[in-house]
Amino acid sequence: MSAEDRRAGNEARPETFGPEFARRADEIVARYPQPRGALMPLLHLAQDERGYVSLDAERWIAERLGLTPAYVHGVTSFYTMYRTAPAGRHLLQLCTTVSCMLRGCDRVREHIEEKLGIEAGETTADGLFTLVCVECLGSCGTGPVLQVDDDFYEDMDLERVDALLDALRRGERPVPGAGPRRAIVE
Amino acid sequence: MEPVLTRNVGIDGSQTLGVYQARGGYLALRKALGLTPDALVNLVKASGLRGRGGAGFPTGLKWSFMPKDPTPERPNYLVCNADESEPGTFKDRLLIENDPHMLLEGTLIAAYALRAERAFIYIRGEYAYGAKTLIDALREARAAGYVGRDVLGSGWSCEIVIHRGAGAYICGEETALMDSLEGGRGNPRLKPPFPAAHGVYGRPTTINNVETLCCVPFIVERGADWFKAIGPDEKNTGPKLYCLSGHVRRPGVYEAPMGLPLAELIDGFGGGMLRPGRALKAVIPGGSSTPVLRAEECAGLRMDFDALAKAGSMLGSAGCIVMDEGTDMVAVAERVAHFYAHESCGQCTPCREGTGWIEKVIARIRRGGGRPEDLELLDEIAQGMQGTTICPLADAAAMPCRAFVAKFRDEFEHYIERGRPLAAAASGTGA
Repeated sequence: MSAEDRRAGNEARPETFGPEFARRADEIVARYPQPRGALMPLLHLAQDERGYVSLDAERWIAERLGLTPAYVHGVTSFYTMYRTAPAGRHLLQLCTTVSCMLRGCDRVREHIEEKLGIEAGETTADGLFTLVCVECLGSCGTGPVLQVDDDFYEDMDLERVDALLDALRRGERPVPGAGPRRAIVE
Repeated sequence: MEPVLTRNVGIDGSQTLGVYQARGGYLALRKALGLTPDALVNLVKASGLRGRGGAGFPTGLKWSFMPKDPTPERPNYLVCNADESEPGTFKDRLLIENDPHMLLEGTLIAAYALRAERAFIYIRGEYAYGAKTLIDALREARAAGYVGRDVLGSGWSCEIVIHRGAGAYICGEETALMDSLEGGRGNPRLKPPFPAAHGVYGRPTTINNVETLCCVPFIVERGADWFKAIGPDEKNTGPKLYCLSGHVRRPGVYEAPMGLPLAELIDGFGGGMLRPGRALKAVIPGGSSTPVLRAEECAGLRMDFDALAKAGSMLGSAGCIVMDEGTDMVAVAERVAHFYAHESCGQCTPCREGTGWIEKVIARIRRGGGRPEDLELLDEIAQGMQGTTICPLADAAAMPCRAFVAKFRDEFEHYIERGRPLAAAASGTGA
């Protein structure tokens, strides 16, 4: 999505957070010695609410914390986890860093790409899945790891990928965690 | 060795207050509140505990830098660095997800010793489950009187804030973490001033790693001598979590005394090499920023701060990555270089330009476009990055680059001459 599309999208769908969001924001702000400290949690909250951080969300947060929208956008764009455009219904994040690489994440990536008919960075035509490659997820002992939304699915091989994606397509949510191969600590 | 830090891992309900208390949890906090903050600092000093985040700085000494006269206008803060992001490292996640109350208890004792009434736990954004586990545990601890006003009737109050990051490796660097915690981009700050003088919100701040804080309740409960007795010498004490990943049969987190022989970690705990018949080729001992070691350098090597420094590498976060003889070391070097190029915050030119340049040169070599002078170029770029930036990320990219080229030069040269990996290294890097 280009910056222009993004602006247009926001004009078409203005964001106004309701009183419940404002109440939760107040609660978060109260935890910090200065309001600015609440910026990252509020960006997370906005993303949880809308699926991404829109320009309107940034403006709302800027006003609440006494910051400029430009400052808030500078923070949003610094961190990889804040999305400035909507993703598919399920965000698939495949770790491709060194430990996962040594355990075969490249084959897992190729398999997912083939199965979904997209390349990393793209969203399926039905809007169900977005696939991205990410840096180390801290699951090196049970790599390769695929994060689906907030959940880690570990020890991924081609069979586990198939079972997981098929289940998600059926609207099911398999139990996250490591595979049957081993426990993480002995 | 009796499990210490991992004693509750695998026990049903280990995340809950009930189970934690039933297994002796929070007794150390009660004991600590009966001591003076100075006595606690001296106890931790006497234990020889060194920071488990990577630098290995003596924890008690770090604590002693904090002012003893905080005021409501100029309070002391404690920050727990739970932004574990160094490739190869996943020990803190295990502690957070399985034993959150142990971390909260360690945080509370440390905060009391530091005369801090507010502590922040900065947890990396990707650890959503860990953050939720900690938040649930915090709720329980608050209801039980361990957190909040007048902790256990001691007159001392302490609030803990769980703060989620959002996917930036640099925020594990303590000054970048502080900027991030204050609601900014994670740009490292020049030191001095050090955090103990000018930290979060300009206030005196101590920053400790998760594993470091988890050691504290045991030191309080069992004493400095008990802690010192675990480990090979006075400078390397206590239990240690070792992360093992890569080409081993049983990767995972293993607890053993500081100074564990590397061979025991790989062959004993790890069950030896993943693919039968393949010999060990190389080990990155302490997370991807630590210089790689060839198999022959690993003979008789112990995993502690000083032994690894002597071997030309570092213990770092004890994130041990094992590679067998089928590994294409140029491919691994490229992957490591990509990580640091991706994660540079861009504030310092040598790092912003250097990390990307290293990645581009190694990628060109791998694509078959390498030039004979590229290896000298890589060394030159890396040299220009070391010690020339605000924080150590540039060094974290330069050190492994130089080590990969120096120790596997034949593989780089083969790529440059033939445009493909050495036959011995071509049999599949991914298992």
